[in-house]
Amino acid sequence: MSRTAELRSWLITDTPASRAQARWGRMYLSWLAFRRNPLAFGGLIVALAFAVIAVIAPWLATHDPAAQNLAGRLAAPNAANWLGTDELGRDIYSRLLYGTRITLGMVVMVVVLVAPVGLIVGATAGYLGGWPDRILMRITDIFMAFPRLILALAFVAALKPGLTNAVIAIALTAWPPYARLARAETITIRNTDFVAAARIQGASTPRILVRQIMPLCLSSLIVRVTLDMSSIILTAAGLGFLGLGAQPPSPEWGSMIATGRRFILEQWWVATMPGLAIFIASLGFNLLGDGLRDVLDPKQR
Amino acid sequence: MKSSRFASLGGWLVTLPLTIFGLLLVTFLIGRVMPIDPVIAIVGDRAPVDVYERVRLELGLDRPLYEQFWRYCVAIFHGDFGRSVMTSRPVLQDIGRFFPATLELATLATILGVAFGVPMGVFAAVRQDSWADYVIRVLGLIGHSVPVFVLGLIGLVVFYAKLNWVAGSGRINVAFDDIVDPITGSLLIDAAIQGEWEVFRNAVSHIVLPAGVLAYFSLAYIARMTRAFMLEQLRQEYVTTARVKGMSERRVIWRHAFSNISVPLITVIALSYANLLEGSVLTETIFAWPGLGQYLTVSLLNADMNAVLGATLVVGAVYLGLNLLSDLLYRIFDPRAR
Repeated sequence: MSRTAELRSWLITDTPASRAQARWGRMYLSWLAFRRNPLAFGGLIVALAFAVIAVIAPWLATHDPAAQNLAGRLAAPNAANWLGTDELGRDIYSRLLYGTRITLGMVVMVVVLVAPVGLIVGATAGYLGGWPDRILMRITDIFMAFPRLILALAFVAALKPGLTNAVIAIALTAWPPYARLARAETITIRNTDFVAAARIQGASTPRILVRQIMPLCLSSLIVRVTLDMSSIILTAAGLGFLGLGAQPPSPEWGSMIATGRRFILEQWWVATMPGLAIFIASLGFNLLGDGLRDVLDPKQR
Repeated sequence: MKSSRFASLGGWLVTLPLTIFGLLLVTFLIGRVMPIDPVIAIVGDRAPVDVYERVRLELGLDRPLYEQFWRYCVAIFHGDFGRSVMTSRPVLQDIGRFFPATLELATLATILGVAFGVPMGVFAAVRQDSWADYVIRVLGLIGHSVPVFVLGLIGLVVFYAKLNWVAGSGRINVAFDDIVDPITGSLLIDAAIQGEWEVFRNAVSHIVLPAGVLAYFSLAYIARMTRAFMLEQLRQEYVTTARVKGMSERRVIWRHAFSNISVPLITVIALSYANLLEGSVLTETIFAWPGLGQYLTVSLLNADMNAVLGATLVVGAVYLGLNLLSDLLYRIFDPRAR
């Protein structure tokens, strides 16, 4: 037997010998299911491509994203400036590449802030039940009843426009669905035998939450995060477009559209190119999220 | 899924006052943490110390926070949202002027979204995996991925600048300003009632594009949900029974399957209406539509905090009301939820 065939049969065995083998086997089977869905696979490629571009942007860029060239301002796409130049003669292609850093950075920051908060709030409420559950879920309901973009707008307005405050504002409005999801998952597993066994062995409540409950909430949470990424990208771009997100001269896609808007009739590429970038990024994450949901969480369809 | 958010109607009776309280608290806190000094916003930064101090006392800024919050709530419930620095009119009066335009836009968009979205969703479900199903699904996917302001800009370039099919930004040409008396607040209805057909035509050519852009997003959502609901119903055994009985396909689809999804569909439509009110903020900026969304963003950029908080409060309250409405409808019409 060749090495790959050996690995494969090790992965798909019905009688795993160790916990690690069982875990890797499950991941391999999920991967096989995921790979059969071409749209989801395309989404994965797009998402990976964006991550890679964000890292190696300096090597892919043809120009300095901040370098102005007033003689060549508003140039149409050509051999030197592949996607044309903006109102200060900056290369749009290079700015878009550097823009992935800002957009993906914001997405990652929001997710890092939001997912743990939602997980802790939801798992605690679901596991404890009773009045802690009621209080935590009321708070969640209140935040969920707010219109998301409007609340983010008001927060940013109060805190002063900028990248950090935009991230905080989006995070403040984005956590409640995660808490609800984690709570729903927790309720289905809190009365299972293995949780009871841990309790009888004398494990403390925080330990049960962290070691027994939270790991099982992760897969549905990951699906939710992926599906949410496109809406985070769109909200971030919307704030940038209104001048409340990342501030010029930083190459944020939403603010690039806002400046390009002035020239939309004659120099369409200035606004259209960043618009296309936002669209591709958010479409990629949508496809990836849909595919992951089908694989990891079939009951949610 | 969203409609099952609250366990019971009793839950709503607790949640609604609490949520309104939360809304007030959040807007109040936003108003307090902002870096703009509300006193300087009124007296200017060159005012002498005694004037500054007098205004500060008048505004009650020397009182403890909880007392300020109490005063804020009392003022809101008396309809006193403060004065806008920008327009120097009471904020509530401003909102009364701008809100009808937003409502007209969102309502027309929802009507269009339902009129096209529901049949498309049903059709896609009935012809599952046909090319029409794929087209409808792709349209839905694009609706989830494209920013509303990008679609608005593309619409302006194509239909206004290149094809010249529609009028550009704004609600109506300046020449037609103030011809019709505001009765309902909807320019279309007012013009039609008063028989001003030229005004009506002009208003239509202004509203078609922004309403169409918003309608696309509501269509994408409604069609997707309709399709999912219908697929679930068409798999049920009663559908097979009806077909075996020899019932016509049209009757099976519309009388049997569709009437079973009408209840969840109503809640979806109410939610999409609420989301359009929010989506109108960006759309109104693109189309210079004189609605609440534009009022909000212009006030934001001018640091006109009373106006920002007032508009946030009103949009939040309407959003909340629509959520409650969708939940109530669900309870009234769905026997299983009783």
